[in-house]
Amino acid sequence: MKERKKLTFWETVKRQWSLVVGLKVTGKNYIKPQITTHYPRQTVDNISTFKGHVQLVGKPKQPDVAKCICCMLCVTSCPSSCIKVVKMKPPKEDPIPEAAAPKDMPDAAQPAKQAPPKAKAPKTPVKWTLDFNLCSLCGTCVEVCPVKSIEYSNDSYLAGYSRKDFEYDLLADLKERAAKMPAPAPKKAPKAVEKETAEQAEA
Amino acid sequence: MLKFDDQILGDAYCRHFERGPDDDTMVINMGPQHPSTHGVLRVVCELDGEYIKRAEPVLGYIHRMHEKMGETKTYWQFLPNMGRVDYLHAMGWAHTYVMAVEKLGGIEVPERAEYIRVIMTEMNRISSHLLWWGAYLLDLGAFTPIMYAFADREIMLDIMQDPTGSRLTYCYHRFGGVLKDLSPAVLESIRDWVKYQRERWPMYKDLVTDNVILRGRVENIGVIDKDMAIRYGATGPVARGSGINYDCRKNEPYSVYDRFDFDVPVHQEGDAFARYLVRVEEMEQSLRIIEQALDQIDKAEGKHIVKKAPKPTYKAPAGEVYMATEGARGKIGIHVASDGSKTPYRIKLRAPGYCNLSLFAELATGTILADAVSILGSIDLVIPEIDR
Repeated sequence: MKERKKLTFWETVKRQWSLVVGLKVTGKNYIKPQITTHYPRQTVDNISTFKGHVQLVGKPKQPDVAKCICCMLCVTSCPSSCIKVVKMKPPKEDPIPEAAAPKDMPDAAQPAKQAPPKAKAPKTPVKWTLDFNLCSLCGTCVEVCPVKSIEYSNDSYLAGYSRKDFEYDLLADLKERAAKMPAPAPKKAPKAVEKETAEQAEA
Repeated sequence: MLKFDDQILGDAYCRHFERGPDDDTMVINMGPQHPSTHGVLRVVCELDGEYIKRAEPVLGYIHRMHEKMGETKTYWQFLPNMGRVDYLHAMGWAHTYVMAVEKLGGIEVPERAEYIRVIMTEMNRISSHLLWWGAYLLDLGAFTPIMYAFADREIMLDIMQDPTGSRLTYCYHRFGGVLKDLSPAVLESIRDWVKYQRERWPMYKDLVTDNVILRGRVENIGVIDKDMAIRYGATGPVARGSGINYDCRKNEPYSVYDRFDFDVPVHQEGDAFARYLVRVEEMEQSLRIIEQALDQIDKAEGKHIVKKAPKPTYKAPAGEVYMATEGARGKIGIHVASDGSKTPYRIKLRAPGYCNLSLFAELATGTILADAVSILGSIDLVIPEIDR
């Protein structure tokens, strides 16, 4: 146990004075306007730069169809394995049509059966899910995406009753967002057409 | 009965607390949920009245095997883990890790990215120290300072959110650069904030540093002498509060730290108040570094923030490398051994808090319980860093 040293009168006064100085600071801050945000009545305004959960980006002409080309780079780079992408299956191949050559023709003379070229699988996702419970918000998926099909959302006020509430189906989410988007502005008529219509109107 | 070296207490974490038949002592657990243990640290204390006969930190409540995880994930995938090792100085850990991998693979970093890294790491150091300042005083019974510290920290976090997108567990560093450039608007807001923060120090001093109650709680408490600090491998403000003039940024300069003029605050007393002063002065020095970096960043060669980014499936060449930097709590060390594959062969993290915590058992012995709280707080622990 440390021993208390005896204080002189002025030392005691000096020590007590430090409390008054501290109170002065508290007093000054007390009369200042409040800086706290009264959530949920108020919300903060700097959400635009916040790195929320990821969401898909639609094609410019078809905002409800994702730009994603199913390259799986986001899936391989994700440290938490929270992204799942399922590629659309290739269409079923048609059975090889019977050769039109007459049956009595010898086999050697029959035209060789050519296998039709294999149909390529379309580069379209049928399932794109994000398990936000596992996401570590590193942003690697957004960085590695070669077609810029993923972006950060500004969804920051998250609340739910179970973990399932944070397992997002991002394709459905994209369609929902596209439906809410304002209708595109009508295309402007080319100048030549405009002139013609104007002339017709004059005539 | 286990035998242990009396010279280094606290190292044998599994020592038994066996009481003799005549002992009139009481064993209590401080933590793992006690607010003064700053996370999930459990301290088993053997008390004789109010005096501590023995105090032993017990770890393992938040162990997430970061080092083992490093062996199963690619170099890229391990990067966000750095923000979780020390959540208050995420930038410092990420900086060390990317530098280690860059050293291993010979990846070039543009000059502008180096300046950005320094600015962000130093801002993160201040935010870490500010939170410590508030939390330490909260431990000692003062509630007001943490509100002021949070208000100031909030301004800094708003600025850092713009380029990084997050507010605590940043994943901003990249191999060969950083994620996003600092826009002129952000640079300007950092300048304004540096001026604002400078004006706040006198208020901090009036409110807390000169306060007689704080002085009574921290002066001559938990005295660590120079030999003891060296014996336990203490680094950072704990060592500098004991008169050891060692700072990685000065002694083993990395990044562009050799281009800045700043002082290393050192106090000889070795008590909790010396450690307090070192951290408060360090914040001022960090502001100096940020100011100089802001002046020099426009003169940096090129405008790249990443010259050539390695792919997510990057394979580092075989070999091993050790990188040490100065974190908010002391020396951060990362040792990476590579066998030339996509994943590191072995990763070892040297957390400063772990060595600093090992001092606690010796410091707390013989003091009263209230002093143990002020000793524990003055070491500035972040338990996830210790427990990894």
